[in-house]
Amino acid sequence: MAPGSPPDPAIAAMKLNERSLAFYATCDAPVDNAGFLYKKGGRHAAYHRRWFVLRGNMLFYFEDAASREPVGVIILEGCTVELVEAAEEFAFAVRFAGTRARTYVLAAESQAAMEGWVKALSRASFDYLRLVVRELEQQLAAVRGGGGMALPQPQSLPSAPAPVPALPLPRRPSALPPKENGCAVWSTEATFRPGPEPPPPPPRRRASAPHGPLDVAPFARLHECYGQEIRALRGQWLSSRVQP
Amino acid sequence: MRYNEKELQALSRQPAEMAAELGMRGPKKVLKRRLVKLVVNFLFYFRTDEAEPVGALLLERCRVIREEPGAFSISAPSPGFIEDPERKYHFECSSEEQCQEWMEALRRASYEFMRRSLIFYRNEIRKVTGKVCAGLQRAGAGLQVAGVGCRWQRQSSGPG
Repeated sequence: MAPGSPPDPAIAAMKLNERSLAFYATCDAPVDNAGFLYKKGGRHAAYHRRWFVLRGNMLFYFEDAASREPVGVIILEGCTVELVEAAEEFAFAVRFAGTRARTYVLAAESQAAMEGWVKALSRASFDYLRLVVRELEQQLAAVRGGGGMALPQPQSLPSAPAPVPALPLPRRPSALPPKENGCAVWSTEATFRPGPEPPPPPPRRRASAPHGPLDVAPFARLHECYGQEIRALRGQWLSSRVQP
Repeated sequence: MRYNEKELQALSRQPAEMAAELGMRGPKKVLKRRLVKLVVNFLFYFRTDEAEPVGALLLERCRVIREEPGAFSISAPSPGFIEDPERKYHFECSSEEQCQEWMEALRRASYEFMRRSLIFYRNEIRKVTGKVCAGLQRAGAGLQVAGVGCRWQRQSSGPG
């Protein structure tokens, strides 16, 4: 602490290996979306046009498409994406939970671009990808083994898809505790219907054993929050399994 | 580079894939005890008595290397994978078993690893069932994260 500085209960700046971030921004890993977007500087600031690159759960932004190093990055884990009312056309927001969390207002240059970005950003979390991979892992075990890792659900196959759980799929987060450790908050304000709905951000992973098979209870709980996509996915796979 | 520090700090408070007190040494630094916590593709490290992290390491494209018994290191990514001692973090575990556990977990703790897993499982399922997982195709999720990026052309679904 520097002498004479005001008492500051806030934390000293967290260290981050920023060069590793910069490397990830510009390496040859796949890009999940890229394009120009307008980014609002702050609450009363102007929009700046920047080149955005979505890779994994990180949204990098550059001065322009030829820049070698990003101006900044928005780490997307835990965010929700929604349309917003703004002076700018094709605007949308990346919002985080928490009292002093910032909302990033971005604007695309066309309706199609905006929809593409919202869709891509909604699916960009590591948590989401992990859930998808787990689902596939279980499906593979099931199609291969039969006697392999059993799917955590009743073996009787109902005619309707998605046999578990019986709970209705919550559309509004008011049905769910908006805690960081519970299901992620899906904004109540936005009515976002561009077409097929992007999945809600997946809930925070519970601190279960990382290597063991998923317990029924946590998976069911995850499943109920996860969204119609996974239900359809499973239903699709199950019905294809039933057919000769 | 600007980044959303508050959100990263919030992330450090999420349930961890793994957490343990380990010996940690940054580049050119002294070995210290740190609470090390793995959350998604970040490795957070805390002073053992503090709630806020001292720092975070992004785990994309880094190398996890076995050092002396019971110890491993994480090297920052760099072009050509030339090891840069300036950006190497050293960790000491309490047992060989713990060391193996951490190395395995860190190996899987990257978005890029998950992406490759997705492609792998999808292909394996296709080999067995003879069809692309239709649900994934409709969802679009797997396609985006399957490494084909934003210029992917939608393929027709397989037989059945």
